[in-house]
Amino acid sequence: MPLAPGTSHTSDFAGRSWSEAWTEGRDTPGDCIPPSMVAPPSPPPPPPDPQFVLRGARSAVHALHFCGGAQGQGHPLLLSGSLHGLVHIWSLQTRRVLATLDGHAGKCVTWLQTLPPGPQLLSQGRDLRVHVWDLAEGRNAIVDSVCLESVGFCRGSVLACGPQRWMLAMPGKGGDEVQILEMPSKTSVCSLKPEAEARPGMPMCLQLWQLVTVAIRIPVLIPVPVLIPVPNPVLIPNPTPEPVLADSSPLPLLLAGYEDGSVALWDVSARKVCSRVACHEEPVMGLDFDSQKARGVSGSAEKALAVWSLDEQRALQVHGTHQLTNPGVADVRIRPDHRLLATAGWDHRIRVFHWRTMKPLAVLAFHSAAVHCLAFATDGLLAAGSGDQRISVWSLYPRM
Amino acid sequence: MKSRGMDPVLSTVRLTVREAVHTLSSSEDGGCIFSTLGSLKRYLGETENPALPEEQEEFARIHFSTFLRCLVGKLSPDWLELLPDGQLEELWASFFLEGPADQAFLVLMEAIEGAASPSFRLMKMARLLARFLSAGRMAAVMEGQCRQQTEPAFSLLQETLLSKVVGLPDHLGNRLQRENLAGFFPQNYFPLLGEELLQALHVVVESLRGGLDCSVSFLSQVLGKACVHGRQKELLGVLVPRLTALTQGSCLWQRVCWRLVERVPDRAMEAVLTGLVEAASGPEVLSWLLGNLVMKSKKAQFVMTQKLLFLQYRYTTPVLRSLLGYLAMDSQRRPLLIQALKELLETWGSSSAIRRAPLAQQHYISKAILVCLAHLGEAELQDCRDELLASLMAGVQSHLDSSLPAVRRLGMIVAEVASAQIHPEGPPLRFQYEEDELTRELLALATPQPAADSPSEAGPPVAPVTAETTNEEMVSSGGPQAQPEGSDSELDSDDEFVPYDMSGDTELRSSKAPVYVRDCVEALTTSENWERWEATLRALEGLIFRSPAATQEVSVELAKVLLHLEEKTGVAGFEALRQRALVAVTVTDPVRVAEYLTTQFYALNYSLRQRMDILDVLTLAAQELSRPGRRQKPPQRGPPGPGPQPGSPATPAWQAVVEERIRSKTRRVSKGSAGQGPAADPNKFNSVAGYFFFPLIQLFDRPLVTFDLLGDDQLVLGRLVHTLGALMYLSVNTMVAVPMGKALLEFVWALRFHGDIYVRQGLLSAVSSVLLSVPAERLLADLPDELLEAQSWLADVAQKDPDEDCRTLAIKALLLLEKLRDKLLPPPPP
Repeated sequence: MPLAPGTSHTSDFAGRSWSEAWTEGRDTPGDCIPPSMVAPPSPPPPPPDPQFVLRGARSAVHALHFCGGAQGQGHPLLLSGSLHGLVHIWSLQTRRVLATLDGHAGKCVTWLQTLPPGPQLLSQGRDLRVHVWDLAEGRNAIVDSVCLESVGFCRGSVLACGPQRWMLAMPGKGGDEVQILEMPSKTSVCSLKPEAEARPGMPMCLQLWQLVTVAIRIPVLIPVPVLIPVPNPVLIPNPTPEPVLADSSPLPLLLAGYEDGSVALWDVSARKVCSRVACHEEPVMGLDFDSQKARGVSGSAEKALAVWSLDEQRALQVHGTHQLTNPGVADVRIRPDHRLLATAGWDHRIRVFHWRTMKPLAVLAFHSAAVHCLAFATDGLLAAGSGDQRISVWSLYPRM
Repeated sequence: MKSRGMDPVLSTVRLTVREAVHTLSSSEDGGCIFSTLGSLKRYLGETENPALPEEQEEFARIHFSTFLRCLVGKLSPDWLELLPDGQLEELWASFFLEGPADQAFLVLMEAIEGAASPSFRLMKMARLLARFLSAGRMAAVMEGQCRQQTEPAFSLLQETLLSKVVGLPDHLGNRLQRENLAGFFPQNYFPLLGEELLQALHVVVESLRGGLDCSVSFLSQVLGKACVHGRQKELLGVLVPRLTALTQGSCLWQRVCWRLVERVPDRAMEAVLTGLVEAASGPEVLSWLLGNLVMKSKKAQFVMTQKLLFLQYRYTTPVLRSLLGYLAMDSQRRPLLIQALKELLETWGSSSAIRRAPLAQQHYISKAILVCLAHLGEAELQDCRDELLASLMAGVQSHLDSSLPAVRRLGMIVAEVASAQIHPEGPPLRFQYEEDELTRELLALATPQPAADSPSEAGPPVAPVTAETTNEEMVSSGGPQAQPEGSDSELDSDDEFVPYDMSGDTELRSSKAPVYVRDCVEALTTSENWERWEATLRALEGLIFRSPAATQEVSVELAKVLLHLEEKTGVAGFEALRQRALVAVTVTDPVRVAEYLTTQFYALNYSLRQRMDILDVLTLAAQELSRPGRRQKPPQRGPPGPGPQPGSPATPAWQAVVEERIRSKTRRVSKGSAGQGPAADPNKFNSVAGYFFFPLIQLFDRPLVTFDLLGDDQLVLGRLVHTLGALMYLSVNTMVAVPMGKALLEFVWALRFHGDIYVRQGLLSAVSSVLLSVPAERLLADLPDELLEAQSWLADVAQKDPDEDCRTLAIKALLLLEKLRDKLLPPPPP
């Protein structure tokens, strides 16, 4: 990839084929379909090129997050966290870095998440801190911090509970706990500790979500929020139940992938494991869940993806596994429209599957080092961050 | 006989006949002749007032043929026209058609033979004979022979009759030449004869039912003689299906049939039996037709158990099945089957048979063994188990030693099946061989067929099978369109995501291959890092071609390492990788590496595999060196590169699109050849051919402790011969070709009677390559004696070699020799 001197943090057009160059001039490149894709598929079309590549992170990229035009500019932003502790904010319009946040003392940034209300950013670093940044009106200041108690690689997860309230799940102390905090008050709601005989190891990845229609489906569980103000001491050893949950009618659930390759579904309010299923032989490295289809996918250090589903009794079942060519999946992401699945491979490749059928659609061999993280924008754009310090942005199968 | 005229009856007959003959010879009056003939007709017994039976008999016995001869003598156009409307001719003919058939037939044949070649009489007689045949009189001829048995001079008459009956098409063909009638063509006559034979048999059976004695011996003789004349197909094609139906339900018919075959003379037995075995549709049929013939007739036993199994091998598998099935069907015949199996296994296992018998025969014998085994039960095998096992083991050993893959495979299949049958309690023997049609056929033989398939069931299976296939076709033609549509609409209704090309999704190799050739030597010898070892091996060929100078520094060392390289990890395609690397080294530094390799070929302590590798490498390297235009275009073999480089998107795709556009928009004024052929180039093999060739040919007759080319290691010898031939062929247009050709012809001469087929094949192709590579003038100038010797040897091989490939190769070489001569001889002046 030829680079002009002095443009180290500019983006350039990786797709130098004439078709890409032709579509490049348009305003909304993401909506363009390269001609090769429309053509009849008698020979499969050659693998696509990235829409553009962002360079300039200057170290391996470990976290990515799309942020849909939060600063009122109308253009989405891409946030990336690097190995050396910097968070870059990229404009997807100019494809330049807008700002660089340095708050993790040179330690790897592992997780980035904007909070639904207001332009606030959560960043998790391996300096054992989760910072809350205020990005409004061009500011970039740390407004709050939470200390972590685990040095693992587990990324956190947030769930909005109200207009200004959200729940944060983080790896907790003791190696195998997951801590649930209520933000912004930083109050510890509970700590989810697996049963002693289970020994699942460290949590490796977390995902909070809520079952919106749970009250109708599972009548047994309806009383739970009601019960909380009058806690059963056996069930809830934590004596400080917050009334917060009482008025949030949906039930927060947590999916956690563990070091032993199992995925567990936690009922956060009841603080117990609803179901746990062994998906992999190796530690789970990433998981994503499609709450519409009640189906999730997890990747691990081994050569297979596991697809599992959640039935109405909230029991996880492995649906099937999908073999890959090379071992190691760092991240899995389902596109927000629930139609595509992307996996980040240690073999430098991004694999794209049809999410419902798990039919392989593309193998994107662009990076020259392991791909660490993936992110989908709401409009379907896919970003991948890799150990080769580049972020590739792809527009695949644009939404019709 | 005429002096016996005391009996008034007899003298009456004699007088009448004499008068009639006189009238015939003197009278020109049609009416008179007509009435005379009419009066004689009484003696044939079919008029309204027939003569007395004694008179009839007397007439038939003594006067009939004389009278017929007289009739024949009168035959002329004028005579026949004495009465209008052919009345006279009709009456004349009726004597032949209604009188005693055998005499009429003999007189007819005699007259036809006696008539002048193209003549009115000949044609008349021939037509009459045709009528005689179509009237079914031949059955009457044969019937007559079945009844009378006590006549004096009987055998002589029968002999004549027999030769006339069977030889009829030949006689008529000779006489009539181009005028021959269709009814006398053998392909028409013998089916007719079959019908008539059957008719005669019907009569025999009927008269046996009526309690009369009959003899089928004449019929047997007819059958035998016709079969000896090679007319089994025509005759038995009619006879066997009908007899099958008749014998199936009737014991009497079976007995008549057995008798019929039994009475066939010994010299014709083989022809009859082979015809029957081929025509019968299964073992049951054979059993009905033959009964226990093999137990009664020594000749039949010899034919069935020896000749058809060991001496001939042209029969199809169904024939073999019905033959052996016939032996297995009766408890009296079963010992013969066991005996046959023993002998078959012995022959199968004999190493000299394996070496000398044609492959087709070995195949035939293997099939016979498998069929025998399928018929024999465990208990029967148990009795002679040791004997069978001994010959089986010896046979497997000699088959596996063979240098022909087909023979080895036969050995494996038979060994697997036979050992499972003979020694069922032992661990099953398993070989690895490729499945193909042949092996499947053989293995199918080993499974016993369902016992009851009567010939009536043997016909119909054809129909259901075809029906099935058409069904399948219909399904397969209709299915694929319907099915994907359905699944599509079910699964992919909302989105049509077209997959991209994912062929680049290969396994990622992490470790880096060395960049310098010198490092490769070290990596291959010392590395404990297997990934690096493998990557080195994969990269080696490319490295060698990229840096020839660096390779030359370490070429021999590298060749040594590669030659001794062992596959320690399961690297896919290890053999090919190693071979390609070795070839690359040899091509880069031919002199030294070829010297090294050729000395190693005769060195101690190499495995046969390594020696054969050396030969292969030398051949491939020579081929590479002699390839014209080698410099311009380095070979693009080798494994594909490690995927597309990052940042270099799939250029060929867009390039193809662009080129296609340019082509479609460009008008070409003239269409010349787009690219010139390969540029003329000196043969690079020229300067080094000697290093490849002579060290190999020098030492072949010196046995080492571990390696004896002229002894056990004939497989390597075969490879060596083939390699030498290839090297000879590749050194076309080189200076050294003449001495090479001389040496090679001497080498061939020394080995020309080698017993191994593979070696002989190599020798023959080596001769061909000498003829192709050495310039014709030099061949004649320098090697005339060798050529003459080679020619006589080739002619000998082309005729007598048991192996078909050898014969073909010899003929090809002879053709080359012929062409060579044509080229040298000046064309004859017109």
